[in-house]
Amino acid sequence: MLTMILRRIFLGLATISIVSLIIFAGVEILPGDACTQYLEQDQADVELLEKCRDDLNLNRPAHERYTEWALGALTGDLGMSVNGEAKISDLVGARFANSLLLAFFALLVGVPLAMLLGVITGLWRDRKPDIIFSTIAIFAMTIPEFVSATLLILVFSVWLGWLPGIVLTSAGSPISEFFPEILLPVIVLSLVMTAHVMRMVRSSVIEVMASDYVQMATLKGVPYWQMVFRHALPNALLPAINVVALTIAWLLGGVVVIEVVFNYPGLGRMMIDAISDRDLPVVQAIALIVASIYVCINLTADLMTMIANPKLRTMYLRK
Amino acid sequence: MSTAALTKNPAKRQRYVAVLLDMMNRPSGAIGLSLVLFHLCLAIISPVIVPYDFKLQDASLMLSQPSNAHWLGADHLGRDIFSRTMLGGREALLVTGIATPLAVLWGGFVGILFGLTGGRLDEILMRIVDAFLSLPWILKMLVLIVTFGTGLEVLIPTLAFFYGIPVIRIARAATHDVIARDFVWAAKARGHSRISIIWRELLPNVLDTLMVEGAMRWSWMLLAFSSLSFLGFGVSPPTPDWGLMISDARGYMSFAPWGVIGPVVALSSLIIGINLTADALAKALGIDRAQKAPM
Repeated sequence: MLTMILRRIFLGLATISIVSLIIFAGVEILPGDACTQYLEQDQADVELLEKCRDDLNLNRPAHERYTEWALGALTGDLGMSVNGEAKISDLVGARFANSLLLAFFALLVGVPLAMLLGVITGLWRDRKPDIIFSTIAIFAMTIPEFVSATLLILVFSVWLGWLPGIVLTSAGSPISEFFPEILLPVIVLSLVMTAHVMRMVRSSVIEVMASDYVQMATLKGVPYWQMVFRHALPNALLPAINVVALTIAWLLGGVVVIEVVFNYPGLGRMMIDAISDRDLPVVQAIALIVASIYVCINLTADLMTMIANPKLRTMYLRK
Repeated sequence: MSTAALTKNPAKRQRYVAVLLDMMNRPSGAIGLSLVLFHLCLAIISPVIVPYDFKLQDASLMLSQPSNAHWLGADHLGRDIFSRTMLGGREALLVTGIATPLAVLWGGFVGILFGLTGGRLDEILMRIVDAFLSLPWILKMLVLIVTFGTGLEVLIPTLAFFYGIPVIRIARAATHDVIARDFVWAAKARGHSRISIIWRELLPNVLDTLMVEGAMRWSWMLLAFSSLSFLGFGVSPPTPDWGLMISDARGYMSFAPWGVIGPVVALSSLIIGINLTADALAKALGIDRAQKAPM
């Protein structure tokens, strides 16, 4: 058990190291560097370019710079931004907190709702509640986020005027100032999330309800709801941990479009801005943060399911 | 290519006809296929049948309401939204229509190859795949697009490359499932070469999974493409594109809300159509996508 956990953690760390290599190599390979960008592309004269490269240590060999960057990142020092001439860790901090805030509320709404709907649709499979909710889920999952966001803004803020359709609060403001502006982005996010998790929960409920031990319990005469709550659901909800983990990772990294639609000052919008400005150090930093979070969350979810599910433990051992 | 090779065999061809019929007998397949077909036909004939030129600007019509002459009104430059909506999917369908097969082809090939080989190299490749998957798609793509431009010659390879990576995983897993069965051992024992085993034993058995995967990839790619357009990194104006149109019309939504309706309905119906088709295909081929949805 312990060796398995350690092995899994080691694999996670290996993935993060490879990610950092890919990010660094990717930025290296692309034409142009921070200095050509900073000094207005091609018009910069050679001397200035050289001086800038000296200042930013860009003339040293790539592997030295990679080691320095990676070690710096480990201690929380992500380097300096090219454009703002500010420490990236300071810039990212507030944005990251905002993205966390958004993700937290979306999870708070989405996960319980998804569990509930998943169980309902799973237990009443192919009957009216299932068909209604599953159809809505297909729509929520497949329609691009910017489309559903636009529609919700149209309905709730343009026609009904209930909620503000755009976030005007600046990045460093206290949490309370984000209300009620944060509500529509939260609704859009939790809509997509609920749909994904619900489908997963539904299929696992169906699977568990068809299993032998549930039939056994039914034959033994266990009352239906007691059987559902005590025997079926604990097992059915377990696989949801992994989906929720994937969704959290998506919430933190992939909400770029939603943050742009609502003008929300989170990590995603910062990423888009950095890419448009070709502020490569910031792009590298955000990429590394998001990828690390993704790996860590997946790792946690895997470990949690391993601990909660004895079957998986032995299955890995046998392998 | 591989499908053509397979359909030479009458039994296989019959199976594909049966799968198609099965799909059409399911509500999801019937709705999905007709939506996809409708959009494909529209994309082909729309340049001939649109009532107005998509570039034609008429200042007097700026943000005007839907009328008999302009069914969906006009946008902020006074261009006919109905014509632009009809044309708005062509670029998206062209790009994703080329990039999807490319992605499935290279991802599938690499996945099958490494699934068959296994060993240390396979282990390393999977870590690289994991690493790529842990980066948000939009970041990977934008970095390339911002550097190399937004032309088709950049968008197609970029989409094909990044969407092929998850296919490697799927193809590898499917290959592992097939390898465990006796006929691959039998072929190895008969002394068949690796290429022959891939082509004759693995590919026909992995192909079903790859086709379903391809259909799903198509809808995700379309989503990615239109999101890129929406963010201003996709099609360049004045080419009509749904993502771009929604992004343009969004700014005027408080007084001209009809501008977003056309592209929203068109884009959603195509993506839902592809998804329903993929679902029906998976069911008709008997592949469990762990999502036993009704219909």
